[in-house]
Amino acid sequence: MAINATYLGMPLEINDLDVENLEYFKHCAAHDFHLQRCDSCGLLRYPPTTACPWCASPKSTWTRVEGKGAVHSYSEVHHAIQPAFKAHTPYLILLVDLDAQKGKPTADEALRVVGNLATPDGKLAPPEMVRSVGIGTRVRMVFSDVAPGLAIPQWTIDEKAAQPAKPWRYPD
Amino acid sequence: MPLPADVDTSTPKHLRDKYAIVGVGETTYTRGSGKTTRALGSWAVRNAIEDAGLKPSDIDGMLSYQSGDSTFSPMIAGDLGIRLNFYMDVFGGGSSTEALVGMAMGVIEAGMCKTVVIFRAMNGFSQVRIGGTGARAAAPVSGDMLHGRAYGWQSAGQMFSLTFMRHMHDYGTTPAQVAAVKAIHSEHAGNNPKAFYKERVTVEDVLKSRYICKPLHLLDCCVETDNGTALIVTRADRAKDCRHTPALIRGVVGRCNKPRMDMHYQHGPISTVAGHYGKEILWPNAGVGPEDVDITGSYDAFTFTTMLQLEDYGFCKKGEGGHYVSDGTMRLGGRRPNNTSGGHLCEGYTHGLNMVIENVRQLRHDVDDSCPVGPDGKRQHTYDYRPGGCRQVKDVEVSANLGWAMPGTGSAMVMRRG
Repeated sequence: MAINATYLGMPLEINDLDVENLEYFKHCAAHDFHLQRCDSCGLLRYPPTTACPWCASPKSTWTRVEGKGAVHSYSEVHHAIQPAFKAHTPYLILLVDLDAQKGKPTADEALRVVGNLATPDGKLAPPEMVRSVGIGTRVRMVFSDVAPGLAIPQWTIDEKAAQPAKPWRYPD
Repeated sequence: MPLPADVDTSTPKHLRDKYAIVGVGETTYTRGSGKTTRALGSWAVRNAIEDAGLKPSDIDGMLSYQSGDSTFSPMIAGDLGIRLNFYMDVFGGGSSTEALVGMAMGVIEAGMCKTVVIFRAMNGFSQVRIGGTGARAAAPVSGDMLHGRAYGWQSAGQMFSLTFMRHMHDYGTTPAQVAAVKAIHSEHAGNNPKAFYKERVTVEDVLKSRYICKPLHLLDCCVETDNGTALIVTRADRAKDCRHTPALIRGVVGRCNKPRMDMHYQHGPISTVAGHYGKEILWPNAGVGPEDVDITGSYDAFTFTTMLQLEDYGFCKKGEGGHYVSDGTMRLGGRRPNNTSGGHLCEGYTHGLNMVIENVRQLRHDVDDSCPVGPDGKRQHTYDYRPGGCRQVKDVEVSANLGWAMPGTGSAMVMRRG
């Protein structure tokens, strides 16, 4: 069923034919991260797609994946374009290498999942937290609840993980 | 499914030098055009037809690209009284420019028409800004966009900047190195009477400008403008009937070689962009290599996009792009000048076409700088590149244009003086 909701004042929509995104966000709404695992070659993929980028098979099974990884790269936004984000600058956009499936199908490959830096309860991170994160920071997935059937996956600092002595930050 | 390294990149070479760009034209680059994109498009196309020494009735094909902000070929053709045998308007950005030149060659080769105009018309400042401000930014976030825009990750700067951040991490590239791209392009724009920004800026100026999104400062970003741009492709043997020395097309590539064109980077290092894959086709088709190229035209939507492209198309080794763009090679008077018009960073943002126009004029040895015009109507170039002076590169024979849209899509073209 179609979803129409509002997040940070932004209208969000998923139409009822978009079964891949409806399924993905349904699991997120249960605070449970799932990705498609190809029924043919067995590889996971992100974001949701209609066929496997590695073997072109259309068949897949939603599989629970642990939302843990390390920051691969980031951008620190000071000039927000989306009106909803103007009140939240600076905010971080993180590209996170999942621990799952690392090194497959080649040494360069990784499941890289996007998200903002957030607090453990899924709110956009305050400035002092933004300043503490860089490439290499260990993060875990949390969720921002939006509506029934829709929560946005986010990243927060993994308090239990061994962190790098100094994550790589853009030199100011 | 084969990985990119296993994909067959061999292509026939018989189109090499068979087609040429014979006319180029543009409008002024402004902020506040006071005109529709249709008026800008017909203005630019008319200028290109006149530049080629052709009549509107000589044109029988038209192609354009846009991202929901332009007009359509049949409208421009109708306004200019042109009867089209073939037309196509595609959704697209900076990786469409050179790819559409390839498409023009294809439709002529197939016998569907004889002479093709390609145009791009945009009120890129006054109406639909690529950065996505205004109504476009406030539009509902739907479907696949939930994996991007819902995170406040939507403007080109926001989307691309992660590639540069990782490049800095992996190779030690510095903000000052890429800031040199803006400084050099501003020197070139200073010798371009039609550039929107003619003022020279320094590396310091770039680094002192406010942050848009780290690692990008305001002056790392291009200048959004209103404009129309156009070029004309025809067979090389028809070019002799045209007004100017033709720019012969050696080879074209339009390549998309990541599993998805979006920004989730499932494939390879994220600072490796489409040019890395495109060069496998570009250089063999052109029959030359980067070392043979006299001038380059990079897609400088941002300072660092120039660096990533020049690196991945092979003008320097991977990881040495920061050095290449800051060591003087790209300057007028340097070994291989880049974006001699000032490019998107200074002349105006056109989605790639203005750098092709510039290279065509460079190959004609007839760049419209401030040098005096002789009795034959041609400029008497001084090759004095000081402020307000010459912009013509001496003895240009071979050029390369490198188009880019997303990191995963790119198109490129090599031309030589006819």
